[in-house]
Amino acid sequence: MPLFDYSLLLTGKYHDMLVAGLLLSLQLLAASLVLALPIAMVVALLRLSPLAPLRWLGFAYVETIRNIPLLAHMLFWYFGAPELLPEGIKQWLYAGHIEAYSAIIALSLYTAAFMAEDIRSGIRAIPTVQFEAGRALGFGFLGTMRRVVLPQALRVTVPPLISQTLSLWKNTSIATVIGVAELMYQAGQVESATFRSFESFAFASAAYLTVSLAITGLATWYHHRFPVRTI
Amino acid sequence: MLEIISDYWVYFLIGQYPNGPLGGLVLTLLLASCGLVLALPLGIVLGLARVSPWRWLRWPVTGFVFVVRGLPLLMVIFWAYFFLPSVTGVKTDQFTTMLIALVVFDAAYLAEIVRAGIQGLPRGQMETARALGLDYGRAMRLVVLPQALRSMLPSLVNQFVSTIKETSLGYIIGLAEVSFIATQINTQVFTKPAQIYLILGLTYFILCFGLSRFAYWLERRLARRGMSVANPASAPKVSA
Repeated sequence: MPLFDYSLLLTGKYHDMLVAGLLLSLQLLAASLVLALPIAMVVALLRLSPLAPLRWLGFAYVETIRNIPLLAHMLFWYFGAPELLPEGIKQWLYAGHIEAYSAIIALSLYTAAFMAEDIRSGIRAIPTVQFEAGRALGFGFLGTMRRVVLPQALRVTVPPLISQTLSLWKNTSIATVIGVAELMYQAGQVESATFRSFESFAFASAAYLTVSLAITGLATWYHHRFPVRTI
Repeated sequence: MLEIISDYWVYFLIGQYPNGPLGGLVLTLLLASCGLVLALPLGIVLGLARVSPWRWLRWPVTGFVFVVRGLPLLMVIFWAYFFLPSVTGVKTDQFTTMLIALVVFDAAYLAEIVRAGIQGLPRGQMETARALGLDYGRAMRLVVLPQALRSMLPSLVNQFVSTIKETSLGYIIGLAEVSFIATQINTQVFTKPAQIYLILGLTYFILCFGLSRFAYWLERRLARRGMSVANPASAPKVSA
């Protein structure tokens, strides 16, 4: 038996399993990101709202979610939450991919809490005089937002959002706990089927690292393309 | 919900101890504390290497930090779980495995906190110390690092919060920390998963929210007393 067997990773059943896992991980990333961004936007606006009860709601959301580990979120959405639903919906859920849905819910809610804080601080970083100056120049509310405030706010907001995406990518691995057949899960399956721990974990590590470095590269590119301007 | 708490609170807090291994919330806290205490010196060493003027030291450590920060903690745990027994020759228990994974993982993150702390100081601090005749090592140890570490205090408390949250991943290698115990209770009670996991979430929340508020308070207190790096004029006197 060779020390490191590449053939296992290049072709055959185990190769297919690992690649399927990687694809599912990427799907989890995409689905959670698409759901998390609008939630984060709403929560950020809640936190900036002039009404105190809405601000409190936003604060409660962010703090509750951030101070509980993602694993506990996953366990709750997979084991706990479906039990609270009516029997019919429960049956329908259990017939489908309930573990994947639970993972996506947990991941999006968790990521949204962190992203909301980034969006909030991005908008807050723009002095209100910028808005006032835009209005004074004769732009309407939307025109001012689109031409003056948002271009500046986005420059500040996007880099932290990219680093949250990196965290989200690494967090998808926790879905393995509730049995989602993503990359980490498949690596474990291949390991127990073949006893080639080194090869399967090396594949998974290389895959995680490649995507992570790609995301980091994106952040660096953005930083060069749109450097933060001092106001 | 109250019924579950009154039936299982001892199990939830300490697991099977003293009739078996220690577990539950106490194990979570023990693991997080040991992890952070052991990771801190390693993180400082790595952080110093990241800002060191010597390339042969800076580059490998930078590579290490990038690799560990690019991997999920779960991957690091899997590597530790698989590598430790084959390297040491003895089957390491879950606690040791988890502790080592946490120390490696946290040290890489702490290294970045230390680096940011050092680079956040005005360059003049290092230059003045060198001009006073201290060599690089002493200037770092006596002038730069004490200030950088003080400004890092709130980040350290936040890192402790992260570490508490990270210990939950011990669940996957069967470590009897609080999430694992909650799942055990769930299999015994069987009918009330939502309540049990709500209790688990609430427990983490109380702990972590309290600590992160403490970090916030600490940050404001350090800023008010003029001890943050933002105000180098009031930096403590150094006896060289």
